[in-house]
Amino acid sequence: MEFLSNVINGISLGSIYAIIALGYTMVYGIAKMLNFAHGDVIMVGAYVCFFMTSRYDMPVVVGILLSMFVCTVLGIVIERLAYKPLRQATSLAVLITAIGMSYFLQNAAQLLWTSNPKVFKSVVGDGGIQIAEGLYVSHVTLVTIAVCVIIMIGLTIFTGKTKMGKAMRACSEDKGAAQLMGINVNTTISITFAIGSALAAIAGVLLCSAYPNLVPTTGSMPGIKAFTAAVFGGIGSIPGALIGGVLLGIIEIFAKAYISTEISDAIVFAVLIVVLLVKPTGLLGKKISEKV
Amino acid sequence: MDKGKIHEVISESIIPERDQNKRPVLECSHLGITFGGLVAVDDFNLTVGATEIAGLIGPNGAGKTTAFNLLTKVYQPTRGTILLDGQDTRGMSTMQVNKAGIARTFQNIRLFDKLTVEENVKIGLHNQIKCSTVSSILRLPNYWKTEKEAHEKALELLSIFDMQDMADYKAGSLPYGAQRRLEIVRALATNPKLLLLDEPAAGMNPSETAELMENIRKIRDTFQIAILLIEHDMNLVMGICEGIAVLNFGRIIAKGSPEEIQANPTVIEAYLGKKKED
Amino acid sequence: MKGKKTLNKTSKNNFITMGGLLLVYVIVLILKEGGITTNLINGQLVPICAYMIMAISLNLTVGILGELSLGHAGFMSVGAFGGVFVGTLMQEVSDSKVLCLLVAVIAGGLMAAVAGLLIGVPVLRLRGDYLAIVTLAFGQIIKSIVNILYVGLDSEGLHVSFIEKCEVLDDGKLIISGAMGATGIRKLSTFTFAFIVLVVCLIVIFNLIQSRTGRAIMALRDNRIAAESVGINVTKYKLLVFSISAAMAGMAGTVFAYNYSTVAPTKFDFNTSILVLVFVVLGGLGSIRGSLIAAALLTLLPELLREFSDYRMLVYAIVLILVMLGTNNPKIRDFFAKMFARKKTAKEENANG
Repeated sequence: MEFLSNVINGISLGSIYAIIALGYTMVYGIAKMLNFAHGDVIMVGAYVCFFMTSRYDMPVVVGILLSMFVCTVLGIVIERLAYKPLRQATSLAVLITAIGMSYFLQNAAQLLWTSNPKVFKSVVGDGGIQIAEGLYVSHVTLVTIAVCVIIMIGLTIFTGKTKMGKAMRACSEDKGAAQLMGINVNTTISITFAIGSALAAIAGVLLCSAYPNLVPTTGSMPGIKAFTAAVFGGIGSIPGALIGGVLLGIIEIFAKAYISTEISDAIVFAVLIVVLLVKPTGLLGKKISEKV
Repeated sequence: MDKGKIHEVISESIIPERDQNKRPVLECSHLGITFGGLVAVDDFNLTVGATEIAGLIGPNGAGKTTAFNLLTKVYQPTRGTILLDGQDTRGMSTMQVNKAGIARTFQNIRLFDKLTVEENVKIGLHNQIKCSTVSSILRLPNYWKTEKEAHEKALELLSIFDMQDMADYKAGSLPYGAQRRLEIVRALATNPKLLLLDEPAAGMNPSETAELMENIRKIRDTFQIAILLIEHDMNLVMGICEGIAVLNFGRIIAKGSPEEIQANPTVIEAYLGKKKED
Repeated sequence: MKGKKTLNKTSKNNFITMGGLLLVYVIVLILKEGGITTNLINGQLVPICAYMIMAISLNLTVGILGELSLGHAGFMSVGAFGGVFVGTLMQEVSDSKVLCLLVAVIAGGLMAAVAGLLIGVPVLRLRGDYLAIVTLAFGQIIKSIVNILYVGLDSEGLHVSFIEKCEVLDDGKLIISGAMGATGIRKLSTFTFAFIVLVVCLIVIFNLIQSRTGRAIMALRDNRIAAESVGINVTKYKLLVFSISAAMAGMAGTVFAYNYSTVAPTKFDFNTSILVLVFVVLGGLGSIRGSLIAAALLTLLPELLREFSDYRMLVYAIVLILVMLGTNNPKIRDFFAKMFARKKTAKEENANG
């Protein structure tokens, strides 16, 4: 039973990683950049939701929607101000800018909301379901998994069927050709950032519902792990983000349960290195061959 | 394989009379590669004599550059064998093939852009003039000796194309033609037995091309090496190649002297398409 | 003749860098002895040297070899704790402070070099961002392992344990105690010692770059396929760079650790790796002098901004973003390129006339 309970908890944690990883992977697929500030957008989303629901006593739904709205705008603004001018620059320059943006968000949050931890009230309440003896699953866990499934299905339909989704895939294949086909590349990139950031807000709310300690650096470690998950599954691939995220979550929970909490991170990263050694472009990543 | 054995030259070979001992430096047999179901090069048989200038021509997308990539192991061939001076290059890496004696230039120029012209040539001399990392860091006498040697050798090689004066320029800042010439010098610096030139005259004007033809001959005569070149400029190919192979859809469709190739109906068809029956 | 001039030009630049560094060292030393510098700055001298070594060694990997590394602090960590460990053992044998420190620095460097070789192996199979993530993962692993590592020394010998604190007799002590890190370190590092280590690293890097080995490394950076096609051994040179770079980071770690009485593993986390990467990128990829200046300024800047303590990291972040936007703006870059070109032509005219 303990095993089963760990699996469920792992899938739940992994679902959060997967939702964050989606933001990384979509942005990477289209803009070919590592958006290091993504983890901090999660934190902003969690703070917005916290203030709306705990301070101003708004309904949870309004809190979540507002937090998604704020993060979406934030994502678009970050992209326009900091990343768009660097479209032609080296990937390292973009990476450093993204790191700068991450520092900026963390420190701005610290100034605005101080570094005192906030206790986040779970958006789905504290209860849970006793499925069987020794198998208790909290509501947050179930909701997280359900939300992740819904998002995955939604995104798959969006990228596969809608015009915008097709434009995104076209841009990630070849920006120049996409532009020649009449696709507005800038708008497409902005929309990708918008979707990724809205997802980050959801991830932030879910993350803090499960682990209620909210500080300005809340987003950074889950951000790094989710990024790892995206690479694990093959960066640029949406199903890859799901598989990578869930696997990472399960490995982490199992390492915590059966080995040691302190070295669970080391185990997660060690597994990542081994996977990359066997499959250098991740589980579902495309093989890139250099043209000579 | 017995190293001393002189390889029998197969009848379809294109070794010129000039090659006294008829010793081939390159023998490919049944070479081929498949990219995920797509047969890019198939049944590629080619022999190049030790001091021959040979041409590999064919329409765009025929697989010429792929053939070069197979010879230099940028791609590992799916099938077939490559003998370089009698030595099987099976399992070798690009680096090992170069050490064994094949040097090349690239269709889309691949210089070390941020380094100077002289440094580019010195990198070509990497396996010719050696100095250990430790003696370099400690600046032992061997370092100064080899650096001087490399400097002199680099200038000497650059003088083939009269490029000594450009030694200090960044390779990336050179004009196009000079970049192509520098790539040839860099390849020569590795002391090859066989030099592969991928479209050496691309982007050059007629007078530059004429000069290049002279220089290719000069290189062969001075260094006594074999040269295999891919080129679309038929004046150059017909002007300097002693033997020509024509590639179409990944297969060699004709081999022979320039005159034979020019008269070959299959070749004409490959280039111009089938004549309409009317 | 021309070739000789190039050599001189690069060498001249290196001499200027070295000379400038010596000059700064002498000035700082005089100011320090004269009691003009504040304690705040005095306390930063050894860390600045350590960060300078970190920056130039990372520049070797990122700027000269062209491979992104996000785990450089991991090597610093190996060097810091490895060095302190060996140094403490040395103290049992020898009373000489300098000898202890020297042995510790060398040991720290060697241990980090081994770690560099270990991480170098995946490097051979991976490219670009995938490689970067592996170096990141490696840094996290090192941090986690040191976090649970306990090493004690007493009359019965060495005790090593993970997670659980190891038992140490009353006559001994814990050298490394988990998340607390290394405690009870004797503050052996001096500004002069740190400076000497820096100069040694600098000479090694300068000499390495201007040699057959250095050219092979830069060839790999500029065009890997072309480098292979002229017979350069990719495996050998990548591993070489990773181990040299790691060794230097390890030495920096030991020097750094010996400046404090306590060093926690969190000192060498992901943020430190990023900080050093920022030094390298802001100083200019491949520019050793730039790395030195950026490391010194950016280590001092937050200290000098302490008055604005609340805002300093925010300002730092904004400066970082603006500098990146500015240096990568084609208009601004063209402007500088033109300025530079004008200066150059003027010089040439002078030479001709």
